[in-house]
Amino acid sequence: MQILKWLGCAAVGATMFFAGSSAFAVTIGFSQVGDEGDWRPAFSKDMQEEAKKEGIDLKFADAQGKEEEQLKAVRSFIAQKVDAIIIAPVVTTGWDQVLAEAKKAGIPVFLADRDVDVADKSLFVTRISADFNLEGRLAGAWLAQASKGNCNIVELQGTVGSAPAIERKKGFEAVISLFPNMKIVKTQSGNFTTDGGKQVMEAFIKSTDNLKGICGVFAHNDNMQLGAIQAMKEAGLKPGKDFLMVSVDYVPAEKEALAAGDANASVELRSAIGKYIYPVVTDYLKDKKDLPKWIVIPSDLHTAATPAN
Amino acid sequence: MTPSSSVEADRSLHLRVRALAGHRAVWPVVALLLIFAIDGVVSPGFFHIRVVEGRLFGNLIDILYRAVPTAVVALGMAVVIGTKGIDLSVGSVIAICGAVITWRIHAGDPHWLILLSALGVGVLCGLWNGFLVAVLDIQPIIATLILMVSGRGIGLMINLLYGGTNPSFNSPLLQGLSVGHIGLVPTRLILGVAIFAALWLLIRRTALGLFLEAVGGNSPAANLAGVDARLVKYAAYLICGLCAAWSGVILAADTHTSDPVSIGLYIELDAILAVVIGGGSLSGGRIYLGMTILGALVIQTLTTSILTSGLPPEYNLVVKAVVVLIVLLLQSNNLRGALYAGFARKTG
Repeated sequence: MQILKWLGCAAVGATMFFAGSSAFAVTIGFSQVGDEGDWRPAFSKDMQEEAKKEGIDLKFADAQGKEEEQLKAVRSFIAQKVDAIIIAPVVTTGWDQVLAEAKKAGIPVFLADRDVDVADKSLFVTRISADFNLEGRLAGAWLAQASKGNCNIVELQGTVGSAPAIERKKGFEAVISLFPNMKIVKTQSGNFTTDGGKQVMEAFIKSTDNLKGICGVFAHNDNMQLGAIQAMKEAGLKPGKDFLMVSVDYVPAEKEALAAGDANASVELRSAIGKYIYPVVTDYLKDKKDLPKWIVIPSDLHTAATPAN
Repeated sequence: MTPSSSVEADRSLHLRVRALAGHRAVWPVVALLLIFAIDGVVSPGFFHIRVVEGRLFGNLIDILYRAVPTAVVALGMAVVIGTKGIDLSVGSVIAICGAVITWRIHAGDPHWLILLSALGVGVLCGLWNGFLVAVLDIQPIIATLILMVSGRGIGLMINLLYGGTNPSFNSPLLQGLSVGHIGLVPTRLILGVAIFAALWLLIRRTALGLFLEAVGGNSPAANLAGVDARLVKYAAYLICGLCAAWSGVILAADTHTSDPVSIGLYIELDAILAVVIGGGSLSGGRIYLGMTILGALVIQTLTTSILTSGLPPEYNLVVKAVVVLIVLLLQSNNLRGALYAGFARKTG
């Protein structure tokens, strides 16, 4: 019995010693939503590559868009006694139970991307994600500077009611409301698609007599902006030259449009965000102090002049 | 004029109005005119047409231009619905065609071959649906649901064959067919009219139309009368697949790219709606091609009007639903009958 006790003490001591040193490999469980669209697979890939670089033992679980798969994955992480769990939640609700289990097991939980809706906010350490509102503010700030605060704007909104559409619009409006001569004269939803953006812009061109008096186009994502650029060109207009074109995402096709001078600026929605997430987790494991409940990943704005990276 | 003859004239006028009101073309046309009237008030210059970049330019042209993909799909849908079937997979067929087009363009195929491949994909999808419905006798709504659900996934898998993104492409041939123009008129409009004419000749000037409607009206009876119902249904789904493929070519070339997740999304619902606004019955037995075009025009006029009106986007879908409901109510014989009865009681 005595020997066992000694062994236990030694084990605890060793754990504490290694936990303090950087040589100790941290094991992190990461439960991802799935692999829909372009952005999420790139995000998953980056999380795995970045973990390798940081010497983190990453246990990756793809929930295939299913809530029950995700809960199963988180419970298995708890059973495996990982050091920390990162969750990119499939849905915002229904988390109280499983997060309480993780807390009981003494495993800190971090959120990436989407938020969760829990009564007890101490169930997770922090959420690390981009800020849609900030993206809208950045786009607005760029347009204000480029037009020196004088701009009639047409806006292509994302899918009505979606979080990025609501927040990008709010952020953009918050900035342009500081300038009395900046206003949105036309706004419609292009459903985040190229086709939608093109159709809406075609209608705007007719209802504003070839965009007479319009100086800028703000699209909630690049796909809609690319559609708008096509519609403007087909009507003999010169986007990027006679009109200031700003949007969000910075997808490959938008990079080409920026290089060709058809677009002027795009706010990047980063997929390579592992380098922002892991340091927060590893620092917390070393020193368990309270963090703000939301850590914002900085957004970057690229213009035609910014070299592509 | 004696009182009795005036009553008679009144009655014959009444009958004529009633006969006109019963004609299936009247109510969609009335709806179209009403939407135009509102447009004229809300956005001055709505009907203005001029020449820009060597082609006709204006809201009315936009309506015709944008209605083409839906109208072509709806024509195929009208044929299938005529056989008492339905094809929910048309949007997915468009997604597969778009993915095949981008894939083959990046593989470097000659563009005429890509056009044929895309149409070939439509034929294959039509044959698959036809096989499930005609040979295995699965209910059409379920049979075509299979391709509807899997089709966009198939499109994504085709994307994976060369990298998994949705790159843009350039193809003078395909873009000429979609966004090009012959003289002042958009090419897609001319081709759309050609497809309509070809289909009309096929349905109304050959026995096929009669067979299709016979099978839709009463399949066992048609069989007893010597019509091969199986073959006729096959033909219907094949025509529908081909129409969807053509629409896929137009839509993919339109935006120079094809995202299988969003291209042609919910087009099956607009197509079914166009058929129904055009007076087609989901219980089959009737094919109205011209009326289906009218239905597609009502839907697109509504969409374009909402976009130009400056209405907040939150109201788009509700407004669309309300207008469609009104059109369908006007078309309802039962409702009209009830209104007449009420009116007659009051005046008589």
